[in-house]
Amino acid sequence: MRFLNPSNLHEALTLLSKFPDCKILAGGTDVCVQLRGGGLKPKAILNIWGLNELKNIRDEGRYITIGALSTHTDIIRSPLIHKHIPVLAKACRTIGAVQVQNRGTIGGNVMNASPAGDTLPVLMAYAADVEVTSIAGQRWVPFEGFFTGYRATVVRPGEMVTGFRIAWPPRGERADFIKIGSRKAITISKVMACFRARIEHKKIVGISIAFGSVAPVPLRLKQTEAFLMGRVLTHKTIDEAVNKLASDITPINDIRSTADYRRHCCGVFLRRFLLESLCVS
Amino acid sequence: MKVKRKIDLNGKVTTITASPVARLLDVVRGDLKLTGTKEGCGEGECGACSVLLNNEVIDSCLVLFGQLRDGDLLVTVEGLENKRGLNRLQRSFVKNGAVHCGACIPGMLIAATALLKHNKTPSIMEIKEGIAGNLCRCTGYGRIIKAIEEVV
Repeated sequence: MRFLNPSNLHEALTLLSKFPDCKILAGGTDVCVQLRGGGLKPKAILNIWGLNELKNIRDEGRYITIGALSTHTDIIRSPLIHKHIPVLAKACRTIGAVQVQNRGTIGGNVMNASPAGDTLPVLMAYAADVEVTSIAGQRWVPFEGFFTGYRATVVRPGEMVTGFRIAWPPRGERADFIKIGSRKAITISKVMACFRARIEHKKIVGISIAFGSVAPVPLRLKQTEAFLMGRVLTHKTIDEAVNKLASDITPINDIRSTADYRRHCCGVFLRRFLLESLCVS
Repeated sequence: MKVKRKIDLNGKVTTITASPVARLLDVVRGDLKLTGTKEGCGEGECGACSVLLNNEVIDSCLVLFGQLRDGDLLVTVEGLENKRGLNRLQRSFVKNGAVHCGACIPGMLIAATALLKHNKTPSIMEIKEGIAGNLCRCTGYGRIIKAIEEVV
């Protein structure tokens, strides 16, 4: 196994174009496990951990940009994230434990492309764009559409994810991240969700609902959102929305949980978020 | 093909030559013979192999040796002692009977050291969160938490 160790992004992209079937290694919290027991046997490993240019979290005018190699700890500690997208920090705080948060990166979480990736529903709910770069240049891909199927993304050989951008959330918005697993630390999530809502005079004027681990890819709940948009938030609306939700998701039975339990949790999460929104609105 | 890294290991500048795709854990235990660091699950769930890399706690089973950079600071459990012997945290573990079988203790000490570096006065909840990535199968958490609490 060849170990490619570029010292800057340009060098990394050049190596990637020469070895398009190499495995990209960032923090290693998923890749190292796959290398050891998961049957991953790449001809070459491209270590990008040291590329500091991909480690920034910045205010870039219209967007907050997050470099792909920002670790979960970087995100938790970022004052910018803390102030404007605290639910992303909340999601990162639930990933693994400190050891994994110190090493795991947001780019790695996305490119591991597990439906149970904890940052995925947040990036989905905030309609993030993904920066995909190759030696030929870069393109921005909307998060919705980034995943093409179970563990599959639009990233082509020779390309890598280098960052994310998120438009500033509007003022007066409520947001939350909720997750359930068999214990708080370490375990892989059974279900997780990210919600955003803007309510003016009891009326829902903005709503975004994204779930993880309920389909092969992270999901925006388009039908439930459409139902809620423009409605006055009442207990009756909440009941109806929770009933609608079932048609938006396709959870499965697997090693971590059952489809029924997941469906139930989704309803509970949505109800909890909307009830809390009702209380504060 | 082996690669060379010149790092600060437990306070001493050390040049290490090893395979870049070897796990840091195997380099620490095998090449460096620092066997205080233990292997538990080998997949980042138990924390037995915790070490401090640049003052942050990490699982050494999830880092490849080639990912180290010259100048990195690596501290293993052997590096916690000071000139007088066991440090305050280690003495507190002894005093509180926090050690049963001992397999998790090097990782616990490292995780607690990292926690105390970033938070001088952690609450019990914060202590629990700080060692959430370290499993003890003798269920000695109560005494471990007490041992950490006592040095705060």
